[in-house]
Amino acid sequence: MYANALASWRGHPFVRRFSRTLGEVMAYVILAVGAIVMVLPFVWMISTSLKEAGEVFSYPPRLIPSHLAFHNYVDAWRAAPFGRYFFNSLFVATSVTLGQLISCSLAAYAFARMNFPGKALLFTAFLSTLMIPRQITLIPSFLVLRELHWLDTYYALIVPFIASAFGTFMLRQTFMSIPRELEDAAKLDGCSRLGFLWRVMLPLSRPTLASLALFTFMGNWNSYLWPLIMTNSQKMRTLQIGLRFLVCQEGGTNWGMLMAATVVVSIPILIFYLFVQKQFVESLTFTGIGG
Amino acid sequence: MLAGVKRTVWLLRKRYRWDEVLSAYLFLSPSVVVFSLFMYFPILYTLYLSLHRWRLGKMSRTFVGLHNYQVLITSSEFWEVLRNSFYYALGSIPLNMAIALAIALLLNRKLRGMAVFRTAYFLPTITSTAAMAVVWLWIYHPDFGLANWLLDIIGLPRLRWLSDPRWAMPALIIMGIWKGLGYNIVIYLAGLQNIPQHLYEAARIDGADSWACFRYITWPLLTPTSFFILIIAVINSLKAFAQMHIMTEGGPLNSTTVIVYYLYEQGFKFFNLGCASAVACVLFAILLALTVIQFKVLSPRVHYLGG
Repeated sequence: MYANALASWRGHPFVRRFSRTLGEVMAYVILAVGAIVMVLPFVWMISTSLKEAGEVFSYPPRLIPSHLAFHNYVDAWRAAPFGRYFFNSLFVATSVTLGQLISCSLAAYAFARMNFPGKALLFTAFLSTLMIPRQITLIPSFLVLRELHWLDTYYALIVPFIASAFGTFMLRQTFMSIPRELEDAAKLDGCSRLGFLWRVMLPLSRPTLASLALFTFMGNWNSYLWPLIMTNSQKMRTLQIGLRFLVCQEGGTNWGMLMAATVVVSIPILIFYLFVQKQFVESLTFTGIGG
Repeated sequence: MLAGVKRTVWLLRKRYRWDEVLSAYLFLSPSVVVFSLFMYFPILYTLYLSLHRWRLGKMSRTFVGLHNYQVLITSSEFWEVLRNSFYYALGSIPLNMAIALAIALLLNRKLRGMAVFRTAYFLPTITSTAAMAVVWLWIYHPDFGLANWLLDIIGLPRLRWLSDPRWAMPALIIMGIWKGLGYNIVIYLAGLQNIPQHLYEAARIDGADSWACFRYITWPLLTPTSFFILIIAVINSLKAFAQMHIMTEGGPLNSTTVIVYYLYEQGFKFFNLGCASAVACVLFAILLALTVIQFKVLSPRVHYLGG
C-alpha cells in the first residue's frame, strides 16, 4: 500500500524531472570538487614558481603571489642546461618513435602477409617479450651497452627501444584487415613488397600508426630509470634526470626556482597532450583493451 | 641420407617461395636483433648472474649456486622490501579503483562540460612521475607544504610526512592514487561505453532503480574491466621507482625501499650484481605469476555478454 503510493509519487513527471536535475547538480558538485583536488598540485606548482623567496616560506600559504617573480625561471635556466636537456628528451623520444614505427611496420607486414618457416616460433618469441619488464633486464643491458661502448651516448637511450612486440601486434592486426586483393593488384602492376607497404599499407593504417607514435613518444619522454642508469654526464641527461639532479643540488631550499624548473619540465608535454587529447585517450583505451 | 635432404628441400621449395622467405627474414631482422640484445640475452644473463657472486669492476666471478637467493630469503631486509612493495600496491589500488569507478560513472552521464573534467582528471597521468614527485616533495614540506596546511584547516595534528617512517609510505600512496586515477577512469569509461543501453532500458521497464541497475548490470559487466585494471595496477605499482628515488631515497629507515629501488641500490650503488640479479629474478617470478593469473585462472570466471 505504502510502497504503491511511493511508486506513483516517484513516477510523477514533476518529481522525476526534479530528482533528475538534483542528480545532475550532485554529479557536477562531486566532479568539480574532485577536479579541484586533481588540479591543485599544478596550481600550487605554478604559484610557487612565481613567488619571491620570502613569500615561499610564509605561513599560511597564499595561492596567488603578491607580485610575480619571473626571475625564478631565469634562475632555473641558469642553474642547469635545460635547453640541452630539452633537446636530449626531444631527440631521444622522436628517434625512438620513428625507429619503432619502422621496425614494427616491417615485422608486422611479415607476420600479417608472408609465409616463411619458423613463423609460429618467431611470433611466440615476439609475444614473450611482452612479459619481460625493462626493470629486470637492467643489469645485463647495462653490461651489453658497456661492451658496445654505448654508455652515456644517445645509442644507449635509443637503440634498446626501437623494437616493440606490442606495436608489431597492433599494426599486424590493422594490416590483416586490409584486403588481399589490393596486394595482388599491386603485384600485377609490378609494385615491390616494400613499395606496397609504403604506398598502400601504411597510408591505410594511419590511425594505428598515430596511436602507436603518441603512446611511444609519451612513454619515452617520461621515462626515468633507464636514462638515470645509462647516462652519467650532464650533457647526456634528459629533462627528467636533469630535474632530479637539480633537486639534489639545491637540497630543497630554493623552492621558487625548483618549481619554475618543474614547470619547464612538465609544460611541453601538457601542451602537446592538449593538442592530441582525443587521439591519445582513444589510443590509451585501445591499448588498454588490447594489452 | 642425401635423398632425405633432397626431399626436405623439395618440400620447403613447394611450401615457400624463397624471395618471400628472404624478405620476411629481412623485415623481421631489426626487431629480432634488438630483442636478442636487450630482451632475450638479458633475461638469460640475469638468471646466470643470479647464481654468481660478482662485483662490478672485479674480474673474478664465482659460481655460488643458489647462495644469493638463500641470502635474500634469510635476510629480514628483503622481506621488509617485499612488504613495502605490497603495502604500496595494496594501499593504493583498492582506493584508486573505487574512486575511479565512481568518477567514471559520473563522467559517463553525457552532461555538458564533461570533456573539461576528463582533462582535469587525466592531467596527472600525462605528466612525468619525476616532475610530479618534485611537486609533491614540496607539498609534503613539513613547515610550509600544502599537506600540513590542509591538516591545520581540518584541525588535525601536523605530520612530518616523508621524514616519518610511519607516514612516508602513506604519503607516497596518496600521491600514487592522485597520479594513477586518470588512467583507470579512462579504462572504466571505455568499459562503461561497451555496456549496451538496451539492458538498462529493459531493467527500467521491469522497475529496477539506479542501485539495482548498478548492482545487476553495470558491476557484473564491468568485471573484465576491473580485473584488467587490477592486474595492470599491481604490476605497475610493483615497478614503482622514480617517486621513491626522488622523494625519499628509500628512507626513512628503509620504510619506502620497494623492490625496484632495492634492485637499483644493490646493482648500481653497491655494484653487487649477483644479488641484484637475484632480486630481478624474484621480481620477474612475481610479475610472471600475476600475468599467468590474468590469462589463465581468473579470466574464464568474469562475465561476458552474448553466448
